[in-house]
Amino acid sequence: MIEEKFDAIVIGAGMAGNAAALTMAKRGLKVLQLERGEYPGSKNVQGAILYADMLEKIVPDFREEAPLERHIVEQRFWMMNDSSHVGLQYRSDDFNEEKPNRYTIVRAQFDKWFSKEVQKAGAVVLCETTVIELVQDPQGKVLGVRTDRKGGEVHADVVVLAEGVNGLLGSRAGLRERPAPENVALAVKEMHFLPRETIEARFNLNGDEGVVIEAAGTISKGMTGVGFIYTNKESISIGLGCLVSDLKKSGQTPYGLLEAFKRHPSVVPLLEGSEVKEYAAHLIPEGGYNAIPQLYGDGWVVVGDAAQLNNAVHREGSNLAMTSGRIAGEAIFQIKSRKDPFTAENLKLYKKMLDDSFVIKDLKKYKDMPALLHTSSKNFFLTYPELIAKAMQTYVRVDGVPKIDKEKATVKSFKSARSLAGLVGDAFRFARAWR
Amino acid sequence: MHIVVCIKQVPDSAQIRVHPVTNTIMRQGVPTIINPYDLFAIEEALRLRDKFGGEVTILTMGPPMASDSLRKALTFGADRAVLLTDRFFAGSDTLATSFALSSAITKIGEVFGAADIVFTGKQTIDGDTAQVGPGIAKRLGLTQLTYVAKVADLDLAGRSIEVHRRAEGGVQVLKSPLPCLITMLEGTNEIRRGSMMDALRAARAEVVTWSAKDAGIPDVTKCGLRGSPTVVKRVFAPTPRAEKAQFVDPAGEPPADALINAIFKRAPKLEAELAELSRGY
Amino acid sequence: MAENPATPAPANSRAAAKKDLPEHFKAYKHVWVFIEQERGHVHPVSFELMGAGRRLADKLGVELAGVVLGAPGEATDHAVAETFCYGADLVYVVSDPVLENYRNEPYSKALTDVVNTYKPEILLLGATTLGRDLAGSVATTLLTGLTADCTELEVDADGSLAATRPTFGGSLLCTIYTLNFRPQMATVRPRVMPMPDRVEKPIGKIVTHPLGMVEDDIVTKVLSYIPDRDSAKSNLAFADVVVAGGLGLGSPENYQLIKQLAGVLGAEYGCSRPLVQKGWVSADRQIGQTGKTIRPKLYIAAGISGAIQHRVGVEGADLIVAINTDKNAPIFDFAHVGIVADAIRLLPPLTEAFRKRLSPHISDKLAS
Ligand SMILES: Cc1cc2nc3c(=O)[nH]c(=O)nc-3n(C[C@H](O)[C@H](O)[C@H](O)COP(=O)(O)OP(=O)(O)OC[C@H]3O[C@@H](n4cnc5c(N)ncnc54)[C@H](O)[C@@H]3O)c2cc1C
Ligand SMILES: Cc1cc2nc3c(=O)[nH]c(=O)nc-3n(C[C@H](O)[C@H](O)[C@H](O)COP(=O)(O)OP(=O)(O)OC[C@H]3O[C@@H](n4cnc5c(N)ncnc54)[C@H](O)[C@@H]3O)c2cc1C
Ligand SMILES: Nc1ncnc2c1ncn2[C@@H]1O[C@H](COP(=O)(O)O)[C@@H](O)[C@H]1O
Repeated sequence: MIEEKFDAIVIGAGMAGNAAALTMAKRGLKVLQLERGEYPGSKNVQGAILYADMLEKIVPDFREEAPLERHIVEQRFWMMNDSSHVGLQYRSDDFNEEKPNRYTIVRAQFDKWFSKEVQKAGAVVLCETTVIELVQDPQGKVLGVRTDRKGGEVHADVVVLAEGVNGLLGSRAGLRERPAPENVALAVKEMHFLPRETIEARFNLNGDEGVVIEAAGTISKGMTGVGFIYTNKESISIGLGCLVSDLKKSGQTPYGLLEAFKRHPSVVPLLEGSEVKEYAAHLIPEGGYNAIPQLYGDGWVVVGDAAQLNNAVHREGSNLAMTSGRIAGEAIFQIKSRKDPFTAENLKLYKKMLDDSFVIKDLKKYKDMPALLHTSSKNFFLTYPELIAKAMQTYVRVDGVPKIDKEKATVKSFKSARSLAGLVGDAFRFARAWR
Repeated sequence: MHIVVCIKQVPDSAQIRVHPVTNTIMRQGVPTIINPYDLFAIEEALRLRDKFGGEVTILTMGPPMASDSLRKALTFGADRAVLLTDRFFAGSDTLATSFALSSAITKIGEVFGAADIVFTGKQTIDGDTAQVGPGIAKRLGLTQLTYVAKVADLDLAGRSIEVHRRAEGGVQVLKSPLPCLITMLEGTNEIRRGSMMDALRAARAEVVTWSAKDAGIPDVTKCGLRGSPTVVKRVFAPTPRAEKAQFVDPAGEPPADALINAIFKRAPKLEAELAELSRGY
Repeated sequence: MAENPATPAPANSRAAAKKDLPEHFKAYKHVWVFIEQERGHVHPVSFELMGAGRRLADKLGVELAGVVLGAPGEATDHAVAETFCYGADLVYVVSDPVLENYRNEPYSKALTDVVNTYKPEILLLGATTLGRDLAGSVATTLLTGLTADCTELEVDADGSLAATRPTFGGSLLCTIYTLNFRPQMATVRPRVMPMPDRVEKPIGKIVTHPLGMVEDDIVTKVLSYIPDRDSAKSNLAFADVVVAGGLGLGSPENYQLIKQLAGVLGAEYGCSRPLVQKGWVSADRQIGQTGKTIRPKLYIAAGISGAIQHRVGVEGADLIVAINTDKNAPIFDFAHVGIVADAIRLLPPLTEAFRKRLSPHISDKLAS
């Protein structure tokens, strides 16, 4: 065992862990951060969207040094059936602002940079060090961690669990349950490398502008799931995620779905000639507000994906992770400054501060969405996209059929596929979940 | 005893991509690693230190970010790390690299004690030359023991070392005086995992960082581009073979027979040659 | 070999440098090949290099010489005689008892002295453990450029040696020059250059040179030599037929299928790197960048994806046959004949079918 005691131990060097460690180290706390990957980010799924606002609160001038790929000027939503997509596209030059709001990043590089900031702030960061269990006293108070290195037990006043979605440590220690299959999505993702000029030409981009495409429809074969395509500087991230419970039931493999997505006629021309270099699978917590576990206890707090803080509707995760990490760090600093012990009672402060932030407020707003999408997944991901695509085709095809007949046929096809009551019900439920 | 181990930070060659138009390396997202062969050198050095006492200094020449690799070497339990970094070193070939490293080893000797053994890896996976080790040995006048599979014995009092060196048709058992330079073969020992103490110490350690001047190199014309006799004229991707494989379509035939027919159709002389060979068997 | 060959050289850098050979190097002429002999045997790479050297010498209109170092006696005499049969115009010989076993000190002194005295413009060595050990120290002593592990040698219009070699694990090739220094040195991997025909020739002009060193000057002693007598040791590099398996085989037991097919074909068996890492197959069976380079007439790869590091080791094969379940596996990009099939199911009938096909000959053997 290591004699030296730390103020705080942070488990994990993802978005949440880095935010927490940096916040505490900057304020002078003695922080030890442990990461099992070879380097921070090595275990993280590549290619993602970064929300600048939340990072600014942690590293105000991050734009100067962080490895950012492209700032996003265009968002596309695709509703897909097997041969077509109906799209909504929003592009605005307003996004070419001095301090852009969203960027694509490559996590492996970004996390490395983020971790360097943590180290510069004075935290001790150890990679290739896996925490195997939490050290607890007989009453369950968390005293520290045990790692897989020789002589690897270390103690601290408080342990920040930022171990990501699996949350094995917390559940093993009996602090909370592992997420249920209907509350996690399995996402698979690939990086397709292309020369930057090719990417810029294919997506109509100038310089570091970037595009995000989100796609839903028959690509998930009736399961709750979405596909996405992001442009990086010299690569395109493409991926697709579905609820684990749906995958289990359908017997579909995520990789098979991604393959089909890539072969979709709308996608093929975007990827043509690229070289695939990375393939990764990762879980995303999608249970929303109702799935949030106990967030604090004697000697511990949990942040980020490990705490199920993920907004599936807006596909936001890292910003909630960063914010929860920052808030946990601030709460811990306050308690420490008051020289108070890290009891559950005192650590409740973290929950309070989190409740007041957008994190919990947003999750609350959509609290019924996961259940709705889950129970009506066939309608939302199979029937409607198919119907909408057909309607579009009927509408744009000029074939001598009178327009009035076309409209009638479309309405009929909607009704026959879903009873009118069902349709109205879905619309109503969707609106309510969104509200 | 003082051992210096030279390591290099290299891009993980398994993840290298080539730009299809400009034929340059696309480095984005390509992780860097400690040259895999150098891990064997580090491990052998640590074993000797553990057995005979003394210190292990890790040395690299490279850009500032090469300190990541040095820090990692410290987590294995090395005692000290020196980073040689300067814009004058950019573009060094093996002759210039061995000049810079040998100067730094001399300086390390002055500051931290003379090296009894200098280790390098057998070769790097980016340069792949296996020349830097011999180059350092020659410049420092050390006996050169390349392709060493194991250090069999070390006699500190008698100042001699016994090693097993891989030769083409077998293994040479060599005895040589100290100081010497060893280039370490792969596969002979697995790199250890440092303890929690080692890891903590490494995370906090200062990496000694030297410029050309700090390393006592007065004449930078021997470094970098200017000090390199070789010139890289052209870099290009291997020409992809025009035709892809001819696929065997067994249509009705047993696949094994279809495959054999395809092979012999493509190389008619092969059948007789194979018959000859299998007779030998 | 420069640090970062992949960075394209800007126009004003060394790469654009003009050849500007200093006066004292202008006397350097002729192409030399170091004839590597160890324990009485000339390494075949030396004769492969005589073939390559001949081409270069003819292009430059100069002579081709061999350099033989060794202890006085039959082996050295034989090496000299053979060097003529492989096309040498003359042979430099340093013959001294001290050169009995390879050691860096006397060998590098001998070669450095001969070079300084007789001044070749090109010096080629095999990229063997001996050749690389020697080349590295000779080049450093001579302060000249050395290009390692070349796969192609050419002479360009102004008579400079253009040495091409793989870099970054074979993902790229680069062509390297030593413009303003002499000699231009290169090592070449065994089995990369074709073996030239041996033509019976009388011994020609021999130039002997003294070593100028006695045993007491040499601090490194050879205590013993452990030959790789172990018959299980592979002879992959020189096999005419090679059968290899990769991770697609799924288990060490299935690797037996490779050995069985190799048995029937009289072939050597090999593998991709992960099998060595998993301990299924011994390291000397690994084919590829960090293993053996092979140049067989027939190479059969089963369950191997064909990663670039594997590819560089097998590309010299006359006929590459790939068995893989994935029709998009990269190996099909460079194999000549491919079959999309489960190797575990295909190998046993394939072995059987080969046995039948070649059986008349096998029964010949049984009869004799
Ligand atoms: C395919 C995909 C796409 C996504 N796209 C976006 C997006 O575009 N925008 C967005 O905002 N969010 C996105 N997300 C969600 C976002 O990635 C996560 O919400 C965020 O990474 C959570 O951060 P975290 O720090 O909680 O967890 P993680 O980033 O998972 O970090 C956990 C870290 O802990 C380490 N660890 C785990 N166990 C141990 C242990 N026992 N000992 C030591 N270390 C341990 C892990 O190695 C890891 O580094 C996406 C997620 C996926 C899967
Ligand atoms: C520095 C460095 C050096 C390296 N040096 C070498 C080297 O010298 N040699 C080397 O080989 N590798 C080397 N590698 C490793 C190389 O990058 C690849 O990882 C390795 O070659 C892959 O081995 P594989 O083809 O056996 O396995 P995989 O890549 O896993 O491929 C297995 C293949 O088997 C197929 N398959 C699966 N099941 C079956 C079945 N039942 N029947 C038929 N086919 C099946 C799959 O479709 C797949 O194509 C090196 C890597 C690095 C980083
Ligand atoms: N820049 C460098 N810094 C430190 N050591 C190096 C460097 N380049 C090469 N080496 C050492 O020399 C060995 C052989 O390298 P190479 O000649 O490039 O194949 C490597 O395994 C390292 O041990």
